[in-house]
Amino acid sequence: MGLRKNVREAMLEAVPSLRAFAISLCGNVDRADDLVQEALLRAWANMGSFQPGTNMSAWLFTILRNLFRSEYRKRRREVEDVDGSYAESLTSLPEQNSRLEIVEFRNALKLLPSEQRESLILVGASGFSYEEAAQICGCAVGTIKSRVNRARSRLAEILSIDSASDFGPDRETRAVANSDIVRTDRS
Amino acid sequence: MQRIRNAAGARKTMNKDNPSRIRPMYAQKSEKNPVVKLGPDIKAKIGMQLRQIYGEIVDQGVPERFVEIIKRLDDPNCEGR
Repeated sequence: MGLRKNVREAMLEAVPSLRAFAISLCGNVDRADDLVQEALLRAWANMGSFQPGTNMSAWLFTILRNLFRSEYRKRRREVEDVDGSYAESLTSLPEQNSRLEIVEFRNALKLLPSEQRESLILVGASGFSYEEAAQICGCAVGTIKSRVNRARSRLAEILSIDSASDFGPDRETRAVANSDIVRTDRS
Repeated sequence: MQRIRNAAGARKTMNKDNPSRIRPMYAQKSEKNPVVKLGPDIKAKIGMQLRQIYGEIVDQGVPERFVEIIKRLDDPNCEGR
């Protein structure tokens, strides 16, 4: 069947991005991978709910998010990267930002309400349009826009960014990163 | 941005007293603050950081585990589901 083959190919193509999104939801790589696996199986079993001609990637994201909401959300706080596995999974270090900057940014991201974080990631990193993000989150386009704005605003506040040049490891937010490093070392 | 500077100052003091209080305090502080207009440079910077974090996971590609799972979807046992 053409659709089955298409779905499999779309899944394969979407896995890297689904994992990145799932990790941002769970804060834990192992749990995120389980979530992705569950979402793929769910999608396969419910292929009939996919409307041909629509964005298959958005459909997969919707299924993953709904699964997370229904099954994982309650457990999220207790497992949020307590073992530092998220940080360990990040091996490469691109040149444009220091590792410390990234640690700070990731910590700041965790402080956002989950709705704001997921909206920001869907639009700002996954590359979905506001409309697609609204579809994935099951809310109005205006709600997504508002959440994204609030998310950016809070990130800037948490990281004390007054201008782009301030966005560096010399800010007071260093204390947060340091406290995290201590926490991680303890294990 | 006087408010942010104050927040940072308060944070420092708080840190000395009880480091574990840092995160909740951030959250509370932020809840009360209205959305402020951000310049395009800040938006761009946040976007870049965001894509970097996301991209590091995406660059890991498709772990073997998922290649296997997706391959097995074609298994007759899964067809009827």
